[in-house]
Amino acid sequence: MKLKGAQIFFECLKREGVEVIFGFPGGFILDIYHEMPNHDIRHILVRHEQGAAHMADGYARSTGRVGVCLVTSGPGATNTVTGVATAYMDSVPIVVFTGQVPTALIGDDAFQEVDIIGITRPCTKHSYLVRDVNDMPRVIKEAFYLARTGRPGPVVVDLPKDVIQAQTDFRYPRRVDLPGYKPTLEAHSGQIKRAYQLIKKARTPVIFTGGGVVLSESSEELVRLAETLKAPVTSTLMGLGSFPAVVPDSSGNMDLHPLWLGMLGMHGTYRANMAISHSDLLLAVGVRFDDRVTGKISGFAPKAKIIHVDIDPTSISKNIEVDVPIVGDCRNALRKLIEAAEAEPIEGLDALRVPWIEQIRQWKETYPLAYKQNSEIIKPQYVIDKIYEVCRGDAIITTEVGQNQMWTAQYFHFSQPRTLLTSGGLGTMGYGLPAAIGAQVAHPDRLVVDIAGDGSIQMNIQEVITAVCNCLPVKVAILNNHYLGMVRQWQELFYDKNYCGTCLDASPDFVKLADAYGAVGLRASKPEEVEPVIREAFSIKRPVLMDFVVSPEEGVYPIVPAGKSISEMLLV
Amino acid sequence: MEIRTKDRHTIGILVQNVPGVLARVVGLFSGRGYNIETVTAAETHEPGLTRITLVTTGDERVLSQIVKQLNKLVNVIKVYDFSETEFVDREMALIKVRAEQQTRAEVLRIVDIFRAKVVDVSPHFYTLEVTGNESKISAILELLGQIGIVEVARTGKAALARSKKH
Repeated sequence: MKLKGAQIFFECLKREGVEVIFGFPGGFILDIYHEMPNHDIRHILVRHEQGAAHMADGYARSTGRVGVCLVTSGPGATNTVTGVATAYMDSVPIVVFTGQVPTALIGDDAFQEVDIIGITRPCTKHSYLVRDVNDMPRVIKEAFYLARTGRPGPVVVDLPKDVIQAQTDFRYPRRVDLPGYKPTLEAHSGQIKRAYQLIKKARTPVIFTGGGVVLSESSEELVRLAETLKAPVTSTLMGLGSFPAVVPDSSGNMDLHPLWLGMLGMHGTYRANMAISHSDLLLAVGVRFDDRVTGKISGFAPKAKIIHVDIDPTSISKNIEVDVPIVGDCRNALRKLIEAAEAEPIEGLDALRVPWIEQIRQWKETYPLAYKQNSEIIKPQYVIDKIYEVCRGDAIITTEVGQNQMWTAQYFHFSQPRTLLTSGGLGTMGYGLPAAIGAQVAHPDRLVVDIAGDGSIQMNIQEVITAVCNCLPVKVAILNNHYLGMVRQWQELFYDKNYCGTCLDASPDFVKLADAYGAVGLRASKPEEVEPVIREAFSIKRPVLMDFVVSPEEGVYPIVPAGKSISEMLLV
Repeated sequence: MEIRTKDRHTIGILVQNVPGVLARVVGLFSGRGYNIETVTAAETHEPGLTRITLVTTGDERVLSQIVKQLNKLVNVIKVYDFSETEFVDREMALIKVRAEQQTRAEVLRIVDIFRAKVVDVSPHFYTLEVTGNESKISAILELLGQIGIVEVARTGKAALARSKKH
């Protein structure tokens, strides 16, 4: 039987197990929307295509499944670009379908024509312009395969109008044939052996993990290896949650995991950055040595031999030369390292680690993360502390970008993977709200909270209505300091306190705004109001915007100034 | 033989011949700040496969990134870094040179010495075809330059490893 391209689109998505599409219609994608009611698939109508891309991203990060986004040509397509680049930098599997002008008009500057394949080439894992309806099933199969395998990433599929209107016999290919795409999953045993020999000799080892551990679902293996080696663990922003920050102690109270160092890098903890600086062996797993993590390269782990596990060979020795590169899936490599460690245990390990663990404990006590909450004005860190306390850590948290993001990373003790969704690589303000909506779609019964600033929440605030009309009870906690806080902090510390362009003295009334959207607005202006507002918000089964009027000039500390070594932290 | 300066590298890239593949390869270089000195691309004897030969500059670290980044492209099937192996390379140039009565003999002598060919003749110009490695092309251009070159079209380098299929 012959099917139209638009029907084929849904048949393919069905076979890929797609349950939900985040999208926004327009002229050149209309045939697909025309066909949509005939298929059992959920469509979340967004209010701006950037929101659709971030929602697909939030859905993907919180589930590990591929997120799908559907938009029209031209501005519909360009509006997704920030979302695509965000997903690319953080290795998130999404497929973005864009409408395109009919093939005969491509290149003629037709109405709403743009070369979206050209525009997104540097920020996609791969992309396709489908010129023939017969190619559609193969392309869609490949797009999903590429998005979710190897190092995941976004794929753009551009669908000209005549292609989705054309008819052909539909057959979905059983397998993909991509001769140039063979990700290495299996870690090389010889390299594992070399790595373990170094680990055995180490006195002050540190395990340094990143988003790759989350993507490869290897939290269990990470915990087991760390405990077997009695090696402390630090993480990048992207890896938070893959190692449990807190565990129950002997009397059942939750306490920081004794091997947990917290996040490292520019706003890392004192003990994490000091541990890296004094480490003689770094086991880096699923990280890419981003500049926000390393600080000055020559000052990063200067005494350490470095073992680096990553599925993407380009991440290895890109920014930092490593001693033992291991290309492969993090889970595979971690399992092999566990096997090596169990086959050949380190003699006298407990005694061997005593001085190192003791040193770390001292660093932790010397400069713990801290702030002083007075009775007058709300400290933003206090809000995050209270959110953590009220939900007992059991929530999916998204963030915007800037101070809200860093305080969340510091004060919310993530203990489960896929519970922190944040734009780490691209640093996209406006990510948190749509990502929270995407996560809430995937997890209707979980608490999903976007921790935001008053600046970044306004970058995609239009999506509040998407949450309202789809009954998605996301909670937004706005740390309202009337500044673009992180930029203001840089101006304070490094730009002569010249606060040019960072003061947001004219902001909307977020409580009224929530009301206008049909959401619930709550405000806390005094410290004692914080907890009641959070409790009330979490008890309401509707979207809630919480406006926390916080101390305007609070800074994120520690901070490593740009160009300095990570041991050179400003602590207050 | 090829003159090898330390940081100059010839890279062979076997790619699927699909729309946009050259843009992906070239875009990678411009986007990541790598240099391209020459690039040639044409189909091979195997259907659907194109070979791109590219000359670039960069230290060892940059070159290793280039090779890895190229390999990461989905349409790239194989990347050969010729710096690590014996290889032959050739480029071709078409040279339109002034050939008046008093200079024709000299042009033809140079053609003979360089085993070039006259491929087109007009009252005032000869168009020559010359094939060789880069230094040979440069040498003939220098000699002809003294007589009067009007236009030059060079292909850039094509290269293959000397030994086995590589």
